[in-house]
Amino acid sequence: MIDTEQVKKIAHLARLEITPEQEEQFTGQLSSILEYFDQLSELDTTDVPPTTRAIEIKNITRSDSMQPYPSREELLKEAPEQEGDFFKVPQILNTDEE
Amino acid sequence: MVTATPVKTEYEAIIGLETHCQLNTHSKIFCNCSTKFDSPPNTNVCPICLGYPGVLPVLNLEVLASAVKMGLAINGKIASYSKFDRKQYFYPDLPKNYQISQYDLPIVEQGSLEIEVVDKETKEVTRKTIGITRLHMEEDAGKLVHAGSDRLAGSTYSLVDFNRTGVPLLEIVSEPDLRSGQEAAEYAQELRRLVRYLGISDGNMQEGSLRCDVNISVRPKGQKKFGTKVEIKNMNSFSAIQKAIEYEIERQIEAIENGEPIRLETRLWEEGKQRTVTMRLKEGASDYRYFPEPDLPPIEVSQEQIETWKAQIPELPAQKRTRYETELGLSAYDARVLTDEREVAEYFETAVATGANAKLVANWVTQDIAAYLNNNKLNIGEIALKSEGLGELVNLIEEGTISGKIAKDILPELLTDGGSPKTLVEKKGLIQISDTGELEKIIDEVIASHPKELEKYRSGKKNLKGFFVGQVLKKTGGRADPKLTNQLLDKKLEA
Repeated sequence: MIDTEQVKKIAHLARLEITPEQEEQFTGQLSSILEYFDQLSELDTTDVPPTTRAIEIKNITRSDSMQPYPSREELLKEAPEQEGDFFKVPQILNTDEE
Repeated sequence: MVTATPVKTEYEAIIGLETHCQLNTHSKIFCNCSTKFDSPPNTNVCPICLGYPGVLPVLNLEVLASAVKMGLAINGKIASYSKFDRKQYFYPDLPKNYQISQYDLPIVEQGSLEIEVVDKETKEVTRKTIGITRLHMEEDAGKLVHAGSDRLAGSTYSLVDFNRTGVPLLEIVSEPDLRSGQEAAEYAQELRRLVRYLGISDGNMQEGSLRCDVNISVRPKGQKKFGTKVEIKNMNSFSAIQKAIEYEIERQIEAIENGEPIRLETRLWEEGKQRTVTMRLKEGASDYRYFPEPDLPPIEVSQEQIETWKAQIPELPAQKRTRYETELGLSAYDARVLTDEREVAEYFETAVATGANAKLVANWVTQDIAAYLNNNKLNIGEIALKSEGLGELVNLIEEGTISGKIAKDILPELLTDGGSPKTLVEKKGLIQISDTGELEKIIDEVIASHPKELEKYRSGKKNLKGFFVGQVLKKTGGRADPKLTNQLLDKKLEA
């Protein structure tokens, strides 16, 4: 159902570094998870509308009001690395922004 | 032997724009942090926009209102059911490693925008409708300070400011209906006019509140199949959009003519060198693994709510242009200049509401006042001459109380000091002399004191009439009614 190439692709998308042993391991595990999910296709869902969430709520919004977060220092100190008021990250050479 | 002349292939460009418009809400799209531009780094941040574990986003209602208003302004279909999705990618300016966006159920689809393209030589205006595929809401990413900037010269790391993270954006995707750099720049400008009229964004390209990416390909005219598409980024002015496209069209045609393949790639516009350069090759479509955002419930906009927001939309630029042409008799060019900024259009309309002649008001606004604003880098709201004052000034000319020349002379003072033109004219004793008897007396004196010129005039040098007009105006301090002066001089000089 799932082959090692797909596992490699998913690992790359998730930016995970995995060993060849783990590739084999995940290929088996992911295949069995999907087989387990496949049991759902035995159900007749012809008249069941597609659902994306368990709780049927909608239109939850807030008003456009500003409220500064009180403890900014607390937030900044969670950064793996910091320089002044900036978060420090590995060098980015191009402006590959989405 | 006759050799056939090779037929030169004609090409056409196929252009589409993806525009990101930053909304001017007070707070971010999913949290209460400020959206203020130019704040010190990482001051407008909280656990929600930084994507800390266990936090929940909540949609800012004003963002939805802005999206619906813009959707209505582009004649789009407002979705009765819409949702948010997660777009996954890894980049240091994206703290959650996904961007909350909209994928398969955007808030607006199937819109259109009418653009006007002005011929630079003839000033002739042609109209064209550009399709808009979709408009959706999403959050902006943070800002990276790259190595190589002054601050990071020679460094081996980058710095991130997350203030911009979570600032609300509308992404507007056009159909590939544009065919030239001029059309694309005009389309972007019309979008900017719309967001400014609606009051949902300042549309400032330099500050990044309006960002355009261009998709462009060329193909021989008549060919149905599209050419290979190239994306261009990094244009921060309307002229840059136009120039980047014009450059890219030439580059692609030249490549095709030389038998070189066009590569599927993203290119950057280099303003300094006026060229596009390769940024990265696209190896197939990106896999963003979109899936519905579980932390945000779907949106269902009722017809009643749409009507409420629709009622808040002002008359838009295209509607104003049509009205100015059909009802006020203005040229397409003047209508376009006057409606470019909502403030200018409102200034013009208030002046006309005083009963002043619309064409004359238009001339004053688009010429003398526009020049003053330009030279002094001011907005129309910053001048002392109120719109009612301009209406009064135009009425004084129309009634014959003052001449156009006197109006021009007193305009600088009115622009800086304001007040009533009528009062100023009376105070300075500048009321036009329109009394025939009084003018005849002055003309007689002028003719009597210039016998040589009179003799030359009567012996055929008819262009000397201008000399006599000038002398009358000089003698009256510019107060002589020019029309009446001309009539009386014709009679007296020929006598």
